[in-house]
Amino acid sequence: MGNDNEIIDNIANKEYEFGFVTDIEMDILPAGLNEDTIRYISEKKKEPEWLLEWRLKGYQAFRKQKLPEWQNFTLPSIDFQAISYYAAPRNKKKYNSLDEVDPELLATFEKLGIPLSEQKALAGVAVDAVFDSISVATTYKEKLKELGIIFCSFGEAVQEHPDLVRKYVGSVVPHSDNIFAALNAAVFSDGSFVYIPKGVRCPMELSTYFRINTENTGQFERTLIIADEGSYVSYLEGCTAPMRDENQLHAAVVELVALGNAEIKYSTVQNWYPGDKDGKGGIYNFVTKRGICKGDNAKISWTQVETGSAITWKYPSVILQGDNSTGEFYSVAVTRNKQIADTGTKMHHIGRNTRSRIISKGISAGQGQNSYRGLVQIGSKADAARNFTQCDSLLIGDRCGAHTFPYIESKNNTATVEHEATTSKIGEDQIFYLNQRGIDSEKAVALIINGYAREVLNQLPMEFAVEAQKLLSITLEGSVG
Amino acid sequence: MLIIKNLHAEVEEKQILKGINLEVKPGEVHAIMGPNGSGKSSLASVLAGKESYHVTEGEVKFHGKDLLEMAPEDRAREGLFLAFQYPIEIPGVSNVNFLKTALSEIRTYRGLPQLDAKEFLKLSREKQKLVEFDAQLVNRSLNEGFSGGEKKRNEIFQLAMLEPSLSILDETDSGLDIDALRIVSQGVNKLRSKDNAFIIITHYQRLLEYIVPDFVHVLYNGRIVRSGTKELALELEEKGYDWLKEEAREKAETI
Repeated sequence: MGNDNEIIDNIANKEYEFGFVTDIEMDILPAGLNEDTIRYISEKKKEPEWLLEWRLKGYQAFRKQKLPEWQNFTLPSIDFQAISYYAAPRNKKKYNSLDEVDPELLATFEKLGIPLSEQKALAGVAVDAVFDSISVATTYKEKLKELGIIFCSFGEAVQEHPDLVRKYVGSVVPHSDNIFAALNAAVFSDGSFVYIPKGVRCPMELSTYFRINTENTGQFERTLIIADEGSYVSYLEGCTAPMRDENQLHAAVVELVALGNAEIKYSTVQNWYPGDKDGKGGIYNFVTKRGICKGDNAKISWTQVETGSAITWKYPSVILQGDNSTGEFYSVAVTRNKQIADTGTKMHHIGRNTRSRIISKGISAGQGQNSYRGLVQIGSKADAARNFTQCDSLLIGDRCGAHTFPYIESKNNTATVEHEATTSKIGEDQIFYLNQRGIDSEKAVALIINGYAREVLNQLPMEFAVEAQKLLSITLEGSVG
Repeated sequence: MLIIKNLHAEVEEKQILKGINLEVKPGEVHAIMGPNGSGKSSLASVLAGKESYHVTEGEVKFHGKDLLEMAPEDRAREGLFLAFQYPIEIPGVSNVNFLKTALSEIRTYRGLPQLDAKEFLKLSREKQKLVEFDAQLVNRSLNEGFSGGEKKRNEIFQLAMLEPSLSILDETDSGLDIDALRIVSQGVNKLRSKDNAFIIITHYQRLLEYIVPDFVHVLYNGRIVRSGTKELALELEEKGYDWLKEEAREKAETI
């Protein structure tokens, strides 16, 4: 077994696997943000007037807001004028089939392990691939259409299903929600759109894969998922970016709407470039994710495995409006080197007999800082509401940190709110025990970590659970000697 | 199989092994007895490669190779197994997943083909039956929430699965009731063969009624002060360790 210095060296030497850059011709808007930028994007996407107006309202809201100051880390200053707000692969008109997609692009996704050609695609997974700002391919579209399911890029939904988009966009995360959500409303470029009709159980996992490629661009995608009454959908997003010395901003918005008796399961495996060992470069992952259980007995479940990004700052939340509705949040967040993760959830109990469950597992290594921040809010009408929260922190080494900020606000005395928290370290005894059974320290740590995170990993769809397990092992390779 | 020559070791700068000599051949069962603090468990830890123990002198050959040069996992892969006195709990890692990983690592090291899921299951069932290990425990998290007896039985089950050439049982009998002791001993007896060897570390003669040793050694103050056959264990049971301590002291004085 190595000593602490070796451990640190090992962490430092571990390289980011997806750091390559694709050489492809791009249409890139010059850096800078003003009303013209927004008009350009809107025009480029041939959007209706109401959407342009909504974007402009978002821009006004953005200008009025300041960067938050309540976080427990130093937020680097962000020069919003230095970012380019639109980058798209050139020559892209509209692909009628995958054969028309630039082979270089397809190769990129292939390299990332996301095959887009349908015959080769993972059985039972439909994929929407977003490259910089633009959705380049959506698989299995025809098959889903037979069931009335709409799964397409956001831009396409605006053209083909404007009524649905207009009804729901901004209904969960308003254009003025917070500075990054407002920025997203102003400049969002693309994203995914899903609609599951009444009573339909989506037969396959829907998945979006996000890739930032171009230098100095931000990625601002917007995802909207609507599950009509009695329907079910499971959705997964994954993401990677090239290694670059400067930070890149990712400010996405995800809105989920579950009507009566509907269920949405949303899983994220986040592996943006985390920066190097000194904290240089990496993605600022400032994302607003929120769902609403609009009808009775609705259910929304967030599962996230966060291993990448220089700073991760997000709180996938659920508004429990319908009676008997359920919100869940399962999270594993890993920080190493100088990564920062400040993540958690908000559960707003409004309806009667609403339930929420929060399982958060933080893992800190190197000088990583990991915070759980959560709010459980019980409204005055939320009779018999119940919440269970468990926050566990695992520390590797002695230079990392774990922090927990749980907030509970209850206005109803029939509610039950439980909170449990633990902090532990990986023991040398545990590693030696596994060593003695022929398992080297690296694999031993992977086993222990995966065991620790199992409750969360179990929530992931089968195909991705395996991927996430591997990712966790790779991320923490060499973290303990 | 195992040759220990003049082994000295310390932990936290305290000398705990002061010149151990021992040879173990295939097919043999050696019992190591001795009072508390005599260095029995330390010997097991040094052989398994626990980091906090430092060898200051002497050598250990295992199957002709320098054991002390090897990383703990390589010692295990070479066929050395330690049944822990206090088995460690690893939450969330299923027993079966852990064993699959261990077996796979060992087989890779030895250049053996991997077992497929079916073969592994078959092997696991066979061994469960052999050592009377509860099938439910196999799927639970590794030692998590196991009773003391269940943990010890899990050690024997792991031993059965990994088929080591040399097994060191570190006070496996401590904390076992008479039924568990019988089951554990029967397991070990079934696993004994002409090709493998056991070192059984124990305080009490009781275990040796079930697992009959070929040799008994008494460890005191970091040295083997007496070796004999199973009759020595009976003598110790009758007379205690005091007379040996006395003898060792006298011997030390004359030197």
